[in-house]
Amino acid sequence: MSQLVIKDLHATVADKEILKGISLTINSGEIHTIMGPNGSGKSTLCHVLMGHPKYTITGGTIELDGVSITEMEPNQRAQLGLFLSFQYPQEIPGVKYASFLRQAKNALLAAKGLPPVKIPEFVKLLKEKMKILKFHEDFLERSVNEGFSGGEKKRAEILQMAVFEPKFSILDETDSGLDVDALKIVAKGAMAIAKDTQCGVLLITHYQRILNYIKPDFVHIMSAGKIIKTGKMDLVEEVEASGYEKFITESTEVTA
Amino acid sequence: MATKQQKEITQQLADYRYGFHTEEKYEFKSEKGLTEEIVRMISAHKKEPEWMLDFRLKAYKIYREKPMPTWGSSYLNDINFEDIYYYIKPGGNKAKSWDDVPDEIKNTFEKLGVPEAERKFLSGVGAQFESETIYHSLQKHLEEKGVIFVDTDTAVQKYPDLVRKYFATVVPPRDNKLAALNSAVWSGGSFVYIPKGVHVELPLQAYFRINAENAGQFERTLIIAEEGSSVHYTEGCTAPIYTTNSLHSAVVEIVVHKDARVQYTTVQNWSRNVYNLVTKRAIAHENATMMWLDCNIGSKLTMKYPSIYLRGKGARGEILSIAMANKGQHQDAGGKIIHLAPDTSSVINAKSLSLRGGRTSYRGLLQVAPGAERSRSRVTCDALLLDTESSTDTYPTMQIDENNVAIAHEATVTKISEEQLFYLMSRGLSEQEASNMIVNGFLAPLIKEFPMEYALELNRLIALEMEGSVG
Repeated sequence: MSQLVIKDLHATVADKEILKGISLTINSGEIHTIMGPNGSGKSTLCHVLMGHPKYTITGGTIELDGVSITEMEPNQRAQLGLFLSFQYPQEIPGVKYASFLRQAKNALLAAKGLPPVKIPEFVKLLKEKMKILKFHEDFLERSVNEGFSGGEKKRAEILQMAVFEPKFSILDETDSGLDVDALKIVAKGAMAIAKDTQCGVLLITHYQRILNYIKPDFVHIMSAGKIIKTGKMDLVEEVEASGYEKFITESTEVTA
Repeated sequence: MATKQQKEITQQLADYRYGFHTEEKYEFKSEKGLTEEIVRMISAHKKEPEWMLDFRLKAYKIYREKPMPTWGSSYLNDINFEDIYYYIKPGGNKAKSWDDVPDEIKNTFEKLGVPEAERKFLSGVGAQFESETIYHSLQKHLEEKGVIFVDTDTAVQKYPDLVRKYFATVVPPRDNKLAALNSAVWSGGSFVYIPKGVHVELPLQAYFRINAENAGQFERTLIIAEEGSSVHYTEGCTAPIYTTNSLHSAVVEIVVHKDARVQYTTVQNWSRNVYNLVTKRAIAHENATMMWLDCNIGSKLTMKYPSIYLRGKGARGEILSIAMANKGQHQDAGGKIIHLAPDTSSVINAKSLSLRGGRTSYRGLLQVAPGAERSRSRVTCDALLLDTESSTDTYPTMQIDENNVAIAHEATVTKISEEQLFYLMSRGLSEQEASNMIVNGFLAPLIKEFPMEYALELNRLIALEMEGSVG
């Protein structure tokens, strides 16, 4: 059983405070979703959790299985079992997807003192996962994210999740830019992996549709750098019906 | 496989010619600087025919008259031509002992896994290099096909007519000061002749002909591919070559006859004290194909622009260039292609990498002469800067004197983005590993053109350079 504990997290970028005290605990096997208006800091939270150098943590802590990762480099966090599915995955021209996956996997294994993957077995594993995410075989030869459609990029992120088997997966607006069919593949794929490996999931989303496939155990509403409400699936229906306004007003009334 | 054999074979050739195992008959004290006297001594030492001595003397006069180029690099001003040995210096050009060999060189050998015996040879400390009798069967194999592959000194003696027919027809001494210098004092280099219709499947390697004595200082290479023939010639290696000689000025001339194909691959990793000023040029006749694959990683300064004159209708030229400049280095590289006939085509694809204050420059010429109708050319130069200290410049020249042509030129300058690094690091890769991956990807389209064993070694060497454990 693993645990990701975020305690009173404050973070700034270019001297502007974006996260104003986020607290959240995610256990293995739990699916949390965070919804909220644009500019609430949802994407910032994802980047701060993963250790993007542009952000400065000014208060609070992040602990994974009791180990503080607040000061750690992104690769160290990944090695401890954290994974981020990017909203805008980066292109790495000239690097074949298969090669990238293998090198990354080996880095994660090495950190645990394990030997590198055996190529034939690895290829077999890749092909298996690729099938689930509806990738054609030649995908492995393509340069990382170069020339990929929006849907392909997102499916590829989930493929990585399948290959790296993290303890906790942060899915940053995995549904943005996806058509109905792509969304189904991505969401079902992510859900299946989560169930299979019991990894904890933190899903950032705007829309309800993805939640038809990835059923959250906890729903959080974020606004202006804080989590203002936590509940269950019924919260989502409320948001869909009346928007965030109500929750924002409620929270400011409470603090006033 | 054939590669190791060929290395050994060419070493045998060098041994034989340079008398590693035989006594020197002539004794003379070589001094620094260049005089007509020294040019004469070089020729006499090699027992050359009159016509070659004449050629050297005429070239020497031209060398004295011509000015140094005023462009290229300010490092040129540091070369003191009078403070150089132009032939064998007392004690040879090798390091006196293994202890004298710079640490950075030793470290690279270690990291690239260069075998013990090779290390000593490459640093000029040892003279002996083990060879096998496979040499004889490869030589026999080439002989049967009528292929000639010897060092140029031998060629002058054994094949004078052939040599006289082509020598200095592609790069005349008047071409530039360094070519004139080479013409006066040249020593060593390869002479390759491929008869009509013959295809040499194995790459011919110059690898171990780099004689410890003069460490390829003023090599002169001449390659002739007769009609319909083909050959791939490779020179250099990723292991650094240490030499106390600081000036290297080679000349390479290539003639590709009708329907023939020549590929010339170079991996240059001279030690960081070397000024490497090279003139490489090829003439491609009707429907011929010439490809230069040039990789420059070593030396303090390299000025090198492999060129192709597309003289025959339908000829094709390709120049693929990789340049990497680390701290204190300047790689001034590129290429020149001159379209002189109709229906000719060319590609120049240059990629450069600068780090820790290193400087790369692309210097190129794309020229289309009047009458070279329906010529097509694409020039691409991409530079990658790894930090804010480093620099890169591009000096492309296009001279198009014909309307009915299709010419394209693209240039990009990029740096490793913070977002790319973060993305890769978030997958468990260290910053170093992530940078290496990005650089590998950048160079990949060109590296894949190299023979596989070179490609693997190159990737390792580039990773080492980036780590900073070299130099």
